[in-house]
Amino acid sequence: MAKSTPQSLVVPYADAFERVAGGLPGAGTPWIDALRRGAVEGLRAEGFPHRKTEAWKYTDVRRVVQTVFEPAAADDRPLPADIAADLAETVGEEPAAVFVNGRFRADLSQLDGLGKGVHVSTLAEGLARDDGLLSSHLGQLMAIDGMPFARLNTALMADGLVLRLDRGAEAAATLHLVSITLPVVEDGEAVPTAAYPRHLIVAGANSRAKLVETHLGGGEGGMLAAGLTEISVGEGARLAHYRHQADSASATNIAAALVRLSKDAVYESFSLVTGAELSRYEAHAVLDGPGADCRISGAYLVDGNRHADLTIVITHAQPDGRSRQVFKGVLDDQARAAFQGRIEVAREAQRTDGHQLNKALLLSPKAEIDAKPELEIFADDVKCSHGATAGRLDPQGLFYLRSRGIDEAVARRLLVEAFVQDAIDEIEDEAVRARFHAAVSRRLGGGEAATLSASEETAA
Amino acid sequence: MLEIKDLRARVAGEGEDILHGIDLSLSAGEVHAIMGPNGSGKSTLSHVLAGREGYEVTGGTVTFRGEDLLDLEPEERSRAGLFLAFQYPIEIPGVTTTTFLRTAVNAHRKARGEEELDPMQFLKHLRKKTKALAISDEMLKRPVNVGFSGGEKKRNEILQMALLEPYMAVLDETDSGLDIDALKVVADGVNALRSPERATLVITHYQRLLDYIVPDHVHVLAGGRIVRSGGKELAHELEAKGYAGIVPEAA
Repeated sequence: MAKSTPQSLVVPYADAFERVAGGLPGAGTPWIDALRRGAVEGLRAEGFPHRKTEAWKYTDVRRVVQTVFEPAAADDRPLPADIAADLAETVGEEPAAVFVNGRFRADLSQLDGLGKGVHVSTLAEGLARDDGLLSSHLGQLMAIDGMPFARLNTALMADGLVLRLDRGAEAAATLHLVSITLPVVEDGEAVPTAAYPRHLIVAGANSRAKLVETHLGGGEGGMLAAGLTEISVGEGARLAHYRHQADSASATNIAAALVRLSKDAVYESFSLVTGAELSRYEAHAVLDGPGADCRISGAYLVDGNRHADLTIVITHAQPDGRSRQVFKGVLDDQARAAFQGRIEVAREAQRTDGHQLNKALLLSPKAEIDAKPELEIFADDVKCSHGATAGRLDPQGLFYLRSRGIDEAVARRLLVEAFVQDAIDEIEDEAVRARFHAAVSRRLGGGEAATLSASEETAA
Repeated sequence: MLEIKDLRARVAGEGEDILHGIDLSLSAGEVHAIMGPNGSGKSTLSHVLAGREGYEVTGGTVTFRGEDLLDLEPEERSRAGLFLAFQYPIEIPGVTTTTFLRTAVNAHRKARGEEELDPMQFLKHLRKKTKALAISDEMLKRPVNVGFSGGEKKRNEILQMALLEPYMAVLDETDSGLDIDALKVVADGVNALRSPERATLVITHYQRLLDYIVPDHVHVLAGGRIVRSGGKELAHELEAKGYAGIVPEAA
């Protein structure tokens, strides 16, 4: 077999694109065709990341891209019982747009109760009828150089959520965006399958909404989810975007969010990573108007041979902006994680206040964290700070708890939960904060301590 | 209650013992005090009894209520009824004091085969104990020992003791860093637990605490050995003469 190069690895993907391009939604519409083709050409030229690609230095995707993933077809299978239960628990009575292998599932979704001025539709129908919102926004928020999976997404996107908020509209309920991956099996063999959900959120001036994005996955079998979300937060608008990636342990999830904030806009986000074998979440935010406020925080819990990558780039392009990143990671066994956080401050962006912190807890001597905090500042009147720490569980704290009769396993869990809780407290929405805390507790094998402390707080 | 025989111990990995053969016997209902100058091995003794990592027992035995104490994990020692009040209570950010206390109490209840308390039941139980120790609800909501004053930390130790109702409490320099009012509160807490079924071991540098927790027996520890034992008047003698007067080599 010939030695593969970053470019040669792209070929099967480009071929797959040529094969399916004519059937993709919006095919034949010139701007859509041009957008897709441009992405493929960009991918051909750039190739997939390799060891020397700086932005991907700590996350090796060669094994991923050597697998040729088939673009997922529309999927109307019923959900396995465990996923259905997870979905019901996640969503409760709140409105939800549910996607299975990247395709909207009307039968699983419920979109009532969002109130006036909040418009939800799907990318598939928008592309098919050449919706004006798409032609004016899709693929135009920022360049995706160096983001091969975003390029793949742009080439092969078939469906996704389109959320538009009118000027001054206030969503009456939290909207759930649920992405489910189900393995595709043919003749008893799992077929490596990729989903490319593409979401677009356009929040008009002074609008308000809360979005909870949840990734669930079932079964074994190589699934790749390569989602891309474009978010435009209008002047004075306020968008909360919470994300929980709880994909199946064999899945690969490489997603990105591109966010543009106008004057006085607020984007508050939190990304909790508890799933997937290999994951990367890349968030790029540009504070494109004065006085914008951008918070991108998160927590990641990895064990076994899992790998999680969080890459955050916040660009202050205008004055008086604030940005904040608080991340906490818990790594066990041979797990690895990468945190890359970058704050860029343009010459015009005076009086910027930027803060970044990543703290990792290593529970095993074989776990590894690579943290790369970066500041690039061209303005002279700014306040920027960053910090990165990696440490082990405090043996004194552990002993103290044990000396009061608490089993070592429970003591460890209490300390790890407390460590993560600190990041979760960044979440403004109380219900989501409690839900994410409970998810962390479950992930750590507890369930008990979390419900305890939550109810105690109200009781005390 | 507690039988220490020829106990020898060192900091793990170090070449020399700190404790050079301690013999001590406490019966139920008794209060013993161990006094000694800095570096005499007081803290090492309390750490070895509680099972803290980083110490190596090189000889001797410790029997607690018929069990080989040294064979037990720290949590098992606690559940067997041994309590150590720390000289420097540990701060645990992110874990609220109430959660911590309830987890500890329920661990003990579970070990005894009793029902665990739910948050409301526990709060009721807790409130009975906090009043006497002047511990506010606000303090209970804070993370364990984080931002607590010296006095608050020590009161929190005594609160834990009151909740866990140990057969034997070891108070390690509980008086350090306390003003006289705080000292009285803490001593009252300890005295409230005195009973014919329980024993207390007070480890201290100064005689001051022993005015409030009056011991039945006083032992002087120096150079890793108990060099003198006597009644409560020995504490007063120490106060008058200083350690140098009692243990010439400790000057």
